[in-house]
Formats: sequence, structure tokens, C-alpha cells
Amino acid sequence: LSLFYGASAVKIAVCIKRVPVMEVKFAITADGSRVDEAGLKYDVNDFDLWAIEAALQLKEKNGNVGEVAVISLGPDAAQEQIRKALAMGADRGVLLQADRIPADGLAIARALAAEIKEGGYDLVLFGRIAIDSMNQMTGPMVAELLDLPCVTNVFKLDITGTTGRAERALEGATEVMEFPLPAVLTIDDGLNKERLPSLKGIMAAKKKPLDVKPAQLGDAKVTVHKMALPPERAAGRILGDSSAAVPELVRLLQTEAKVL
Amino acid sequence: MANVLVFAEVRGGDLRKVALEAVTAGRALAELSGGGSVHALLAGDAGIGAKAASLAQYGADSVLVLEHAGFTQYNPEALAATVAQQLGGGTYGYALFSATAQGRDLSPRVAAKLGVGLAADLTGFTVEGGSVLGQHFNMNGKVVATLALAGTPALLSVRPAAFQPAEAPRALATTAITSAVDPSASRVKVVELKLGNTGKLDLNDAPVIVAGGRGLKAPENFKLCEDLADAFGNAAVGATRAVTDEGWRPHSDQIGQTGRNVSPNLYVAVGISGAIQHLAGMRTSKTIVAINKDKDAPIFKIADYGIVGDVFEVMPALIAAVKAAKAQG
Ligand SMILES: Cc1cc2nc3c(=O)[nH]c(=O)nc-3n(C[C@H](O)[C@H](O)[C@H](O)COP(=O)(O)OP(=O)(O)OC[C@H]3O[C@@H](n4cnc5c(N)ncnc54)[C@H](O)[C@@H]3O)c2cc1C
Ligand SMILES: Nc1ncnc2c1ncn2[C@@H]1O[C@H](COP(=O)(O)O)[C@@H](O)[C@H]1O
Repeated sequence: LSLFYGASAVKIAVCIKRVPVMEVKFAITADGSRVDEAGLKYDVNDFDLWAIEAALQLKEKNGNVGEVAVISLGPDAAQEQIRKALAMGADRGVLLQADRIPADGLAIARALAAEIKEGGYDLVLFGRIAIDSMNQMTGPMVAELLDLPCVTNVFKLDITGTTGRAERALEGATEVMEFPLPAVLTIDDGLNKERLPSLKGIMAAKKKPLDVKPAQLGDAKVTVHKMALPPERAAGRILGDSSAAVPELVRLLQTEAKVL
Repeated sequence: MANVLVFAEVRGGDLRKVALEAVTAGRALAELSGGGSVHALLAGDAGIGAKAASLAQYGADSVLVLEHAGFTQYNPEALAATVAQQLGGGTYGYALFSATAQGRDLSPRVAAKLGVGLAADLTGFTVEGGSVLGQHFNMNGKVVATLALAGTPALLSVRPAAFQPAEAPRALATTAITSAVDPSASRVKVVELKLGNTGKLDLNDAPVIVAGGRGLKAPENFKLCEDLADAFGNAAVGATRAVTDEGWRPHSDQIGQTGRNVSPNLYVAVGISGAIQHLAGMRTSKTIVAINKDKDAPIFKIADYGIVGDVFEVMPALIAAVKAAKAQG
């Protein structure tokens, strides 16, 4: 990454979501309306860690980045994820407080856009997708609401002056895009690996500003009707421990699975 | 009754298979909502209109054709403005996109412009009391949410391969449309499209996927996966993140949470442990075969058929056996 602008202090915002750690067996509440939260652990959405890392690298490599702000919409407990971002090196945090994070991407995008608009950022980074909602829509929605240029699924990025060049991942192909700043980007896997917060970073984070204000959530057009666990796959069969099992495998692929 | 506008995805001047899947899904949606019309929107450089016939073949009652040099490559800003303009006219109850990199870039822009709801990456849907109920994975694929989508027009995107294209021939009817904004004025521009694996089947189009993991030990050993894919004839080769991180295979071949979502008829996992992030991208495959020397590898928990063995011993035999089975017809 290279960068940026003339003398003025550049501002970067990163939107981060608190999401459950996925290495668990999820349960659904008895009324079938949502995931049972008992016992779940939480972390920053993976893609958002890479977005934070991208912002921090821009700041380190360019003297004129004035601040990296992280914004999260979620419950009070999301302060923990904001503190993690601050410990990694972000400068300040904003919690847009909502007891429940809605399923409707546009409702989230509107609340984030209102906050971002106030901040007057030069670059606004999102993750490609939140691994809990799997919506993959918030970044481009915010861009549209603020009328900012937007490139999604960015796995390579270069910014020179006020022009950016990004490579975005398609299925089996790559699009190379050019865009002017200010802009919105959504960050994909492959751009970087996030740093771990250092002990010093964790101490420093405690003193960094974290604003808490209510999220301006409007009407939701998309709601959860019900939640369920996908059907379990029937237990599989071990056919053998060497190439001796190959004839049986081929027979089953022909007669049972009918894929050969 | 509700009419459906289907966005037909084009890459490099060609219709993608997902465009036909979207038309098929659009037909289903129109029928479920009491029998409306399906219109497809097809945008590209001069001459793209020639592709309208396949859309009609799969059930588009009418094709809105937008031909302009400014749409030779994906032009997100001008397309979003144009799709929003078409939807703003009151003709449509729904707009349907493919849940691809392109469709998932375009549809949120349109939703935000119109202030309407978007339910993304649906694997199926019904219509109840005039509103769509769509199945959408949550939690990395470990939970299925049924989303209710209110308002008009309502936007949805469908997961690649969730709907198989079904012919439903209509007489070809096309209408030329123009861009809602000057397409050369877009701030974001595609300056290059790099096609990977040209001439090979894309992971989302392949009925069979042979995926390799770190158990293959070295990049040259992916020849075993290539050879098995060739033996099947209709197969593509995928990889785990361990493999793409090593640079053994391109990032675009990565399957999983941070890579591609696939659901082929047959998924053969070769030397793959089955980490949760990998399973997130392939667990909906119809039949899963795993070859791994560790009997406790988590991949065996979701595999229909497993061989606990050394890939270098098992794969040559499997390649030969599949070739022989194919030769017999
Ligand atoms: C945020 C995040 C996102 C991620 N996203 C993805 C993703 O999208 N996709 C993905 O794949 N991973 C992803 N990962 C990585 C994932 O956690 C695993 O590390 C990865 O999938 C492991 O790849 P593997 O199975 O090839 O390698 P390993 O886990 O090393 O497994 C290799 C397997 O090969 C077997 N083996 C070794 N030698 C032989 C032999 N001779 N014969 C037979 N079997 C043999 C071993 O028993 C072992 O089970 C992600 C991780 C994180 C933290
Ligand atoms: N509640 C939230 N708070 C802050 N950022 C969010 C929130 N939800 C989504 N985002 C951002 O939008 C990205 C995509 O989320 P989604 O559209 O839900 O898949 C995430 O990676 C975050 O960067």
C-alpha cells in the first residue's frame, strides 16, 4: 500500500461486527426464532480484522493519516470487540448501541451511514461479509447511501494520491478496478494477515476514546421468520484403508450416489 | 400476481450459467406469486442482444437489452442506476439477482437506491401471503434462517447452483433500453478483467469437484487431482486455504468460508482435514468422498464415503477405475 493526499489529515473508518465464534454446535431457541446465545463466545468478524489491519498499515506507511476510527453497531458487549481493535492500534471507537443486531442489511447500513457521514472520512472499510448474517451487502449499501465510489471483495490494494487501484475476486477471475477517494471498500481474504494486539496495545486501548450512542435503526424490511439447523448428513461409511477399497467406492458412486 | 425482473449476469461478453439459473428461479417466483411475467435485463457492448435468445429459451417472457460500449465490462454505478430506474416504474414486484461477486455487488446498491429490502444468497423460497420466505445460511453455513421479505419491489439473490436451469421456451421478445446515466461518467471503472482457468469448468458450474489439501505435500502433486478431474470429464479442481496460502494453487480456487461456496453433485476431498472453515464452503455438496490417512480427520464426519489411506497409493487406483467406468459408459 502506498498513499495519499496532500497535507490534510486523512481519516479512515472501519466498520466491525461482533460475531459468535463459529467452532461450536449451535442450538436454536425452543420457539425456533433465533440462535440460542447461551455459552457462545464472540470475536471481531474475520474479514473486519483484515479491514482494521489494512487501515493500520495505511496509517503506518503514511504520515498524513490522522486517525483510524472503528464503528460497531451492536449490544453493549460489543465494546469488547471495539477495545480489541483499539488494542491493535485504532485510535478511537464508536458503539452504535442496539440490543439486537437486525437481520436487515439496509437497516444496519442506514445507521452506520448516518455515523460515517458525520465523521467525513476519506476511506471507509468494511469486511466482505459478516460470517454470522452472511449478508454481504452492508458496505455497498452504505456507499450508495452516502453516494461514495465503492469496490467490493478487495484482495489487492494500492492507493496513490487520491486514486486507488484494487483487485477484486470474482468466481474464477479477477477484476482490476480504479476509483477516486473518498471511497468505500470491502475487504476480502488475501489482502493481509491481522496482527495480534500487543500487551502495550491492550494497556493503551483502555485510555482511548470510545463513544456510545443509540443506533438509529429504522424499519426492517427483512426479518427472521424462523431459524433451524440444516439436516444432519447421514453418517458416512469408511470403505477401507487402501486402494483395495477403490472398486467398492466406484460401485457406490455408480449405483447408490449415481454420480458416475 | 407479480412480475419479476431478472438481472442476467454477463462476463467477458458471454452469458454466465448463473444467468439461466436466475431466469429459472425468476419463473418459479412468478408462478408462486400467481403467474406474473419474467423480464430479463441484459447489458453489454453492442451485440450482446444476440444472447437474449437463450434467456427466452429458459423462460424470459421479454428481454430488456442495453447495448453500449460503456457496459463492455461490469459498470456497477451505471447498472445500479439503470436497474433501479426499471424497478422504479411500478411494473415489478420482485427483482432477482445471482448471488455471485457481481450480483452481490450490484443488488445492495439497487436496494439502497430504492430503500427496499434485499434477501441474499437464497437456496430456496416460497411465497406466503404475498411475501417471500427465503432460506438463507447463517453462522458460516451451520444454521438456516428463513427470512421474510416485505415491501415492493422486493430484491433477492439466489445462490449459484441452488436452481438448475430448466428450459421453458418463450417466443423471443426484446426491448431496447438505454442507460439511466452516462455510463462513461462512472467513478469506479474496471480497467482489466483477468480470466483464470480459461477453457476449464468453473467451480460453480462443475457437477464434480476434486479438491486437494496440504496432504498432497507439493504443488506438482495436484496432477493427481487434475487427472481424476479429467477422468470424470465434467470436473473442476479446488483447494483448501492451506494450499492457496502456500501459493500451490490460485486464491480463486479456494473453497470455504473465505473462499468459494460450492455444492456439486460429487465432492472428492483429497488430503483435506476438514476444518470448519473449509466445510463452510462445501458441506451442501450432494455426495462427499474423502481420502485421508488420518481416520480421525473431521472430514470423515461429513463424508458419505471415506477411504482411510495414503493419497499417493489410493489416487492412481481411483483415477484408473474412474477412467475404466467412464469407458464402459
Ligand atoms: C479466518 C479463517 C478463515 C479460513 N478460511 C478458510 C477457507 O475458506 N477455506 C479453507 O480451506 N480453509 C480456511 N481456513 C483454514 C482452515 O482452518 C484450515 O487450516 C485449512 O482448511 C486446512 O487445510 P488442509 O485440510 O489442506 O490442511 P491440513 O489441515 O494440514 O490437513 C491436511 C490433511 O491431509 C492429511 N494427509 C497428510 N498426508 C496425507 C497422505 N499422504 N495421504 C492422505 N492424507 C494425508 C492429514 O491427515 C490432514 O488431515 C481459514 C482459517 C481461518 C482462521
Ligand atoms: N452491526 C455491524 N456493526 C458494524 N459493522 C457492521 C455490522 N454489520 C455489518 N457490518 C460491516 O459490514 C460488513 C458486511 O456485513 P454483512 O453485510 O452483514 O455481511 C461486515 O464485515 C462489517 O464490516
